Amino acid sequence: MSDMKAFIDSEVKSSDVVLFMKGTPQFPMCGFSGQVVQILDYIGVPYKGINVLDDDDIRQGVKEYSNWPTIPQLYVKGEFLGGCDIVREMFKAGELAEHMKANGIPVTERA
Amino acid sequence: MTTRRDRIVAALTGAFAPTRLSVVDESHLHEGHGGWRESGETHFRVAIAAPAFAGKTRLARHRMVNETLAPEFAAGLHALAIEAGEA
Repeated sequence: MSDMKAFIDSEVKSSDVVLFMKGTPQFPMCGFSGQVVQILDYIGVPYKGINVLDDDDIRQGVKEYSNWPTIPQLYVKGEFLGGCDIVREMFKAGELAEHMKANGIPVTERA
Repeated sequence: MTTRRDRIVAALTGAFAPTRLSVVDESHLHEGHGGWRESGETHFRVAIAAPAFAGKTRLARHRMVNETLAPEFAAGLHALAIEAGEA
């Protein structure tokens, strides 16, 4: 395993929910990343945001790690869940909060 | 000269024989944003339905589309919104 792959592997397992994104949860720098932030905040799940714009090696490395060509990328319990479209579709179908709960992750979904 | 949209349509048609396919160049909506280029052809939206997606998860469907378009990602395609359904 390369150093970068090992680093990303440790990052995705460092928290239950990890979002590789452009910008930060407070200041998303891309509309797609911003949508995922809004959804995660809405369902009220704690997550760690990693800004790929801070480091081009991470930006490339995470694409290779998941074999997924775009950012954002959401990981739950170390597993790649999907990008913006998949997260949004799961959210609309009510499956995202269910997926979190099924993995023992607390959500404080607003009514 | 073929456009990236033409190549995406051709690649997806060849790979999946879709019953429904819409490919829209949305690059103009992202002017000035990261990944956008003066030449355009960076941001696309694909809606596709094909028998090949039956029984596949969302993640698997999106991977199939992304892999089919890998040459375009390698050549400057920056963002691809995907809606993939069964035929």
